[in-house]
Amino acid sequence: MILTLVETDAAGATEVSLEAVTFGRTLARRTGGPVHALVVGARPDGVADQLAGHGVGEVHHATGEAFSAYGGAVWAAAVQAAMAATGAEAVVAPGSPRGLEVMAHLAARLDVPMAANVVGLGTEDDGEALRVTRQVMGGAALEEMLLPLRPAVLTVAGHAVQAEQVPAVSVTLREFSPEVTEADLVTRVVSTEPAAPDLSGALTSAKVVVGAGRGAGGAEGFAGVAELAELLGGALGVSRVVTSMGWRPHHEQIGQTGSRISPDLYIACGISGAIQHWAGCASSKTILAVNTDEAAPMVTKATYAVIGDMHEVVPAINAEIRRRRG
Amino acid sequence: MADVLVCIKRVPDVAGEVLLTSDAQAVDARFVGFTVSAHENCAVELAVRIATATGGAATVLTLGPEAAVEQLRAALAVGCAAAVHIDADPVGYGPVDVVREIAAVVETHAAEGRTYDLILLGNDAADTGDFQVGVRLAYALGWPVVNGVRTVEVDGGVATARGDGPDGVETYAVPMPAVVTVLEGGVEPRYPSVVGRMKAKKIPVETVAPRHEPLGPGRVRLTLPPAQPSTVEVIGAGPDAAPAVVDLLQRLGVAR
Amino acid sequence: MANLPRTARVVVIGAGIVGNCLVHHLARLGWRDIVQIDKGPLPNPGGSTGHASNFIFPVDHSREIADLTLDSMRQYKELGVFTESGGYEVARTEERMEELRRRMSSARAWGVPAELVTPDHVVERVPYLDKDQILGAFWTPSVGVVDSLRAGTLMRESALALGALTVVSTVEVIGMDVERGRIRRVRTTGGDIEADYVVIACGVWSPKLARMAGAAIPLTPAVHQMISVGPIPQLAERPGEISFPIIRDMDTFCYERQHGADMEVGSYAHRPILWDPEEIPSIDQARLSPTETPFTADDFDPQLEQALELMPDALAAEGAEIRYAINGLLSLTPDGAPILGETPEVKGLWSAAAVWIKEGPGVGRAVAEWMTQGYPEIDLHHSDIARFYPHQRTRAHVRSRTSEAFNKTYGIVHPGEQWAGERGKRLAPMHAAERAAGAEFFETVGWERPMWYASNETLLGEYGDAVMPREHEWDSRWWSPIINAEHLAMRERAGIVDLSAFAIFDVVGPAAEQAIQGIVVAQAAVAEGRVIYTPVLDARGGFRSDLTVMRLAHDRYRVVTGGLHGMADLKWFADHLPDGAAVVDRTSSFTTIGIWGPRARDILGRLTDDDISHTGFPFLTCRDIAVGSVGVLASRISYVGELGWELYVPMEQGARVWELLHEAGRPDGAVPVGIGVYGTTGRLEKGYRAFGFELDGERTIVEAGMARPKVKDADFVGREAYLAQRAAEPRAVLCTLTVDDHRSATGRNRYMLGGEPILTRDGGVLTDGHGHHPYVTSAGSAPSLGTHVLMAYLPPDQAVVGNRLAVSYMEELYPVTVGSADATPLFDPANERIRG
Repeated sequence: MILTLVETDAAGATEVSLEAVTFGRTLARRTGGPVHALVVGARPDGVADQLAGHGVGEVHHATGEAFSAYGGAVWAAAVQAAMAATGAEAVVAPGSPRGLEVMAHLAARLDVPMAANVVGLGTEDDGEALRVTRQVMGGAALEEMLLPLRPAVLTVAGHAVQAEQVPAVSVTLREFSPEVTEADLVTRVVSTEPAAPDLSGALTSAKVVVGAGRGAGGAEGFAGVAELAELLGGALGVSRVVTSMGWRPHHEQIGQTGSRISPDLYIACGISGAIQHWAGCASSKTILAVNTDEAAPMVTKATYAVIGDMHEVVPAINAEIRRRRG
Repeated sequence: MADVLVCIKRVPDVAGEVLLTSDAQAVDARFVGFTVSAHENCAVELAVRIATATGGAATVLTLGPEAAVEQLRAALAVGCAAAVHIDADPVGYGPVDVVREIAAVVETHAAEGRTYDLILLGNDAADTGDFQVGVRLAYALGWPVVNGVRTVEVDGGVATARGDGPDGVETYAVPMPAVVTVLEGGVEPRYPSVVGRMKAKKIPVETVAPRHEPLGPGRVRLTLPPAQPSTVEVIGAGPDAAPAVVDLLQRLGVAR
Repeated sequence: MANLPRTARVVVIGAGIVGNCLVHHLARLGWRDIVQIDKGPLPNPGGSTGHASNFIFPVDHSREIADLTLDSMRQYKELGVFTESGGYEVARTEERMEELRRRMSSARAWGVPAELVTPDHVVERVPYLDKDQILGAFWTPSVGVVDSLRAGTLMRESALALGALTVVSTVEVIGMDVERGRIRRVRTTGGDIEADYVVIACGVWSPKLARMAGAAIPLTPAVHQMISVGPIPQLAERPGEISFPIIRDMDTFCYERQHGADMEVGSYAHRPILWDPEEIPSIDQARLSPTETPFTADDFDPQLEQALELMPDALAAEGAEIRYAINGLLSLTPDGAPILGETPEVKGLWSAAAVWIKEGPGVGRAVAEWMTQGYPEIDLHHSDIARFYPHQRTRAHVRSRTSEAFNKTYGIVHPGEQWAGERGKRLAPMHAAERAAGAEFFETVGWERPMWYASNETLLGEYGDAVMPREHEWDSRWWSPIINAEHLAMRERAGIVDLSAFAIFDVVGPAAEQAIQGIVVAQAAVAEGRVIYTPVLDARGGFRSDLTVMRLAHDRYRVVTGGLHGMADLKWFADHLPDGAAVVDRTSSFTTIGIWGPRARDILGRLTDDDISHTGFPFLTCRDIAVGSVGVLASRISYVGELGWELYVPMEQGARVWELLHEAGRPDGAVPVGIGVYGTTGRLEKGYRAFGFELDGERTIVEAGMARPKVKDADFVGREAYLAQRAAEPRAVLCTLTVDDHRSATGRNRYMLGGEPILTRDGGVLTDGHGHHPYVTSAGSAPSLGTHVLMAYLPPDQAVVGNRLAVSYMEELYPVTVGSADATPLFDPANERIRG
């Protein structure tokens, strides 16, 4: 049996949780047995049916005052209790901050290994162990790892698999109130406030982001992209090399170690598209790349591309916008 | 007064294309050099700030090869007062192994009267991305743990930590001693000063041998992800593409 | 971005400072169809230009480098990218103060305003420097910083504006095609391009590119560490990039250069860290740029401490942090000079590499001129890529020499200083015998040449003070009074000299006479067995070489030339051959042994039955003779002004002839004589000029006083220019001067070593018709005259025998007198001794 930790929001199970369920089904085909899900604390209406549509036969719902606020340890206690009740051979969680944290707690409590950010399952398992492939180096490299089934604890990297619906199965909802210790309760969230805008706020909330990378060539090479951002009412962002070189301030950086953006349009100029940068801009709805190298990752991953030197292309775009505005 | 232990890891400073070592067990860093992750830089900064604010001391620890002393020195240069080097090849160490060695140091120090009120780590290692050393360390020590926060403050035996959750900024308040893992972005890590660098050179690094035979990380090998096939639509080349671009901008509704 | 054209007149590979300046100057000189490519993006494609500290100190001991630098500064100023800051080279030790005094000689010689100043002078302009750390400084007000990226962009734009240039960035060269010894095509990731000329201006990548065409550019990427510390309040309060003078902390091999609110500290003190050109990461693999490699902090820490010592107030200022630190890659060469010119391996393939920011525009101009007219205005023979012998092109040699040289970047390098590593590469056949005689070996292009022999120490007692001993350690470093003793013994009896370092090549074929006639100045249509000594000129009538040519047969000439420029001469001859002539390198076939002195004929006579009498073997003739049982080619010439011969001996029999001559010479007291006599004392007494010292591309036969009464009718390279020079008044005249008094202020006698400025008796500046200031081209003892001799080009009105002038040495004036204002030797002016 595979137990999947499902995170929810007001609309139901989160997308990454559904991805984890899908991965759980793949794993269940290997180990045999059904896929169960665990929901902790708040349970949105209809989530059980939603999960049934993803092949979950039984939903465990941990309830009680202990789960009124999030805490890694209490959540792990809930998972542990559900496992004890079901005899799960593996626990799968989404590769979200909470999924990772709860699985780390669980692995520590069970004293078993944990595989973070799994993207695939090897075909040849090694006796008692699964051979999993997982993201390392922030996704820039993969690791093949042996994960023992005693039980196996893992998280599934976001967007590594696509959530797949199946003909709905009949689903059982089982509520339970696991016992938790005082020590587990200590590390719960004590208060939550709406996020205050930070320095990169303009960047993360912008509908249009114009990005520039190494192709800018130097601190003086940003005039064109800055103008384009202004013309489109958007924000200027840069790649890591630009801030490393000291050409632009750090708060403008997009990427794994900078801001993560999700604009309607991201115009990436002179950016090769290293994985660290991609991690910060992959959620953009549309990407237009301007690059001299048509083989650059930024170009091949983009929706649209213009092949050319940003110092020639961007001023021409600016001029065209101004011309059409009269 | 809060004494803080901050744990860091020497990792390749990869920015672009990743190269693997010939045995595929690690990343080849010859072109990029080594660093510690942005999370850990913030953890060091927080450790130094807490130590300064409370009149305590920050100690930096790493498990790594001899060369990892370079990263310890970098932390000493920005204000850590002591350094511990667990001399081991991290390639053969899994999260459980690393935790056992850190815990052994903490317990040894405690037995010598050097206790820590707070242990800070990065949220995850930039290379192996295991996301579990901090949590496991807390269990090994029997301390509470808070994960993925951007700031930590210490007041009267309580560590208050804040980080981003799904619904906004979450606050945790845990009794010390505690373990906290840090996500970058809450503080701007300082760079070393010249004087700091000079001082760091003179601080002795405590080198300890590992206590346990490592179980290993379960790693079979590293691979590089396959290149994604291109689905891009090339709409032009050079400045002549400008009208097509502006057409697109108008179609997407971002330009009038 | 433009597409890569399919053809070009010239492809310039590289868009760093060198490639950018080169395309500008090529366009200015009329070239069209220029295509410039780079694998990186513009304006900073990721090479060494992108991380350069961009400051320029104009004074260098090398005239060639100083002239390139001064020309570059002029060009940077014209572009509006030069900011004058002034610069101090500070001394922490008395030894360094002496070196700064020597630097003053170079400043005066090249006409760069500079002065030696007190610590107070320094702190007045650089208040954050601790004056107790220094003894004094060398102040150059014209020091400044440039924007090398902006300069490059402007240079490209000027060529683009002329319609002469197509620039294609992010295109990488993957191969080069050579057909029949000539470059044909460059293959790139953007397609192939056919070209008549290709220039490699790729800095640290140049060796990799050259290799694609089967050529060698012997440089190595090497790390220069640099950090940036800031913000520093003292710097921040003044606007602009730089307003404080740059400090070179010479004794710690460091510099401190303001960059806005930050201080850049760079070092040449750390261990040499060399990279392979093939191992430089791609742009995608690099963290910053391919030439900004990971900083190794441990290597820098000692320098940081010294820098802190020098300017504690600035570097330890509140809030100042180390924000940027790199191991930057730059290019180093085995001899420290740039690598310029057409590669000897591939026609049409040029190198413009191993150039610093301070020389970039000057090199761009010079190489463009060279490609256009066959010669650059500034003599570049020290930088000529053709200078390298095969062993000098190997990576092992490059790595060894650059490792040794790296820490000498700011070092105090004696003009006679010898290399410690990569020695014993080319050994004369009599090397063992020389070693047994206690030879002190000096290296020239790989050859181990005895400078003097310890076995001759006994002569010191014989000649007493006539050997002109030197009291000061600097003057006598890499020198021995034994040289002068050997000189006197040769003049009195006979000396035997190992001249194995000569480069020897034959010009053969039915057109051999036509070939030689077309290349050399002297009449070469001479009888077989005649020897000619002749200048070789370039098209503007500047010296390419001076050498001897022997006519061995109707279709064979043998050229003997100095080892230092032998390879460049070989290329020059090969490049100027008509059909029907070929050049064959014989350097490794023959060793050359010289025997000169009043007893030379007696000694050689004991070993041969051939007629070697004055009438039987006249001066300036050559022929095969038997020395014992060894057949040798003997040539009756002399570079030391004595009766005698050069014997060209098959290499494997050299040791035997060496031994035979010594045995035969013993009754006459013949001694082995080192290069100290042959190259300096013997030739200076005779006023013989040497290429690279008195003679180079900027000097003429007329000014060197070497004009003969007539010019041959046959055409030769430079003839037209030479005729014009003869018709005009010379603007400078080569003179020989003698030092009248060696006594310094401290009471010790001082002896000049070369490079010192010649001034009026009271220290006034002299200027010749070229606008140059006279300096000592060669200096050395004249033991037979009992005086120290200097050569210098003087303004014509000063070139009068008996004229009383002064030489400045270590910032003291010494009186000198013009002894000769033409080629007339001070010693044996009638040349009677050569007749014997």
